[in-house]
Amino acid sequence: MKRKRFSFAAFYLALVTLITYLPIAVVVVFSFNDSKLPVAWKGFTWRWYETLLRDAALMEALRNSVVLGLVSCAFAAVVGTLGAIGMARVHYRSKGMMEYLSTVPIMLPEIILGMVFMAFFSLLRLPFGWPTLILAHTSFCIPYVYLMVKARLVGIDKSIEEAARDLGATPARAFFDITLPLILPAVASGCILSFAMSFDDVVISIFVNGPTLSTLPIKVYTQMRTGVTPEINALCTILLAAVVLAQALSAALRRGALRREESNDKGERV
Amino acid sequence: MKPRQRRERWWLCVAPLYLFTLLFVLGPVLYMIAVSFAQNTAGTGFRWAFTLENFAKMRDGVYLNCFRESLRLALSTTLLNVLIGYPFGYFMGRLGARGKRLMLFLVMVPFWTSSLIRLYGWLIILQAKGLLNNVLLALGLIREPLKILYTYPAVLTGMVYGLLPFMILAVYTSVEKMDWTLVEAARDLGATPARAFLTITLRLTLPGLMSGVILTFVPSMGLFFIADLLGGNKIVLVGSLIQDQMTRGGNQPFAAALALVLAVMTTLLLALYRRATHMSELEGML
Repeated sequence: MKRKRFSFAAFYLALVTLITYLPIAVVVVFSFNDSKLPVAWKGFTWRWYETLLRDAALMEALRNSVVLGLVSCAFAAVVGTLGAIGMARVHYRSKGMMEYLSTVPIMLPEIILGMVFMAFFSLLRLPFGWPTLILAHTSFCIPYVYLMVKARLVGIDKSIEEAARDLGATPARAFFDITLPLILPAVASGCILSFAMSFDDVVISIFVNGPTLSTLPIKVYTQMRTGVTPEINALCTILLAAVVLAQALSAALRRGALRREESNDKGERV
Repeated sequence: MKPRQRRERWWLCVAPLYLFTLLFVLGPVLYMIAVSFAQNTAGTGFRWAFTLENFAKMRDGVYLNCFRESLRLALSTTLLNVLIGYPFGYFMGRLGARGKRLMLFLVMVPFWTSSLIRLYGWLIILQAKGLLNNVLLALGLIREPLKILYTYPAVLTGMVYGLLPFMILAVYTSVEKMDWTLVEAARDLGATPARAFLTITLRLTLPGLMSGVILTFVPSMGLFFIADLLGGNKIVLVGSLIQDQMTRGGNQPFAAALALVLAVMTTLLLALYRRATHMSELEGML
């Protein structure tokens, strides 16, 4: 009887997982289909990838997305990392409130964040385009870096840095020699996460991108509204590969850090 | 003397975070609240005059209907997510270490995949000459292609699909932490499997289920592009209404008021969530 129940569980897990992967598989498979319509399989082709590479507007949108992701992620890395380090040590009364406020951008529904930024940026008379896109994306990237680094700091022995300071290291030196190497994996995985989020964002970008600047997801979104084309399949497949790669990298970094920690612990015990 | 000197420098570290948060998180949110009480004028502008007319306007049938529709969609999405996600998370939590690792990976990959890409896949599957209709036709279950895309079930499919990983992960984490000896004890004392499940397992995994519910309910209130892409323009949700008022409609105060009501609903639910469970669980999932 126990066996039977287990096989139902396995069947259920397999079925739901299969359905989960179906749409992704469909997108990938039809990107290689030698037909304009994603209806029936007509043979293998690279054609759509070639048209994609020749599409100047799409390529520019891709460039914009990469630049936007890198810049926002760099800003978020500095602000979020410093913030998490500082917050672990200060005891202001505003700390709890501020901690909550700084994570608001990933707690609020995207649509609200988008419209709030649109209204606020036009109040400030900021030129819509790069400045507004970078500010908006930085705001929702910071929480990812902040939370990652904060979680990592909990596991770090503060006395190591204090020892460095007692031995005469300047705060800057203690930071660069001790704290930074220890939290670097968390910073890196926070960065990769926020880059992925920035690279994927449609809703917030649509509100603040301005009339001429377009990111890749915005391009994909507007094309999807008019109908499906194999070029989008090809584009989606490339994006998919990029995201899976980034995730694997992030996971590897985290695992590497964990393993190093474990071996350190063993070393201490001996 | 020395430790105090050290502590004083830390404000430099938190200064950028404080500054950015005050300027670009608190500032915009406060501004939106203020605008929601302002008066709309012809064109795209508005006048600073304290008024509640933007909120009063929401009592209009059309807009109430939007809220009702959003709430209905969010509730059905959440309910279906519980029905599909709870057993999944439960079974997953009962697997061996290797099985868990594999399933976790399989759940995470779509989770991190662009939601647009996954929606696009559904678009291909559900369209009139799409995969689903072809399969149904080939099996002889239907004679004419069904109209699935741009209907309510299509939107619901997209929503459930998009948010399911949240539910699965939330349930899984609480099932994984559970002390199974309690269930064994109940069984030894003569409880039926069903009773042991209801009195022990369900109660112990309730925080996970709760956080799953909130993690799916909150975003589903604000998601508008799933309804937009899979539902055509037939289903108007609060999200699409806000976007419309903000861009084409040119009524910023009304858009702000709508967003404020949506945000208050969301924040109340999140507060409820924070009280019911521990924030650290959510942070651990990120």
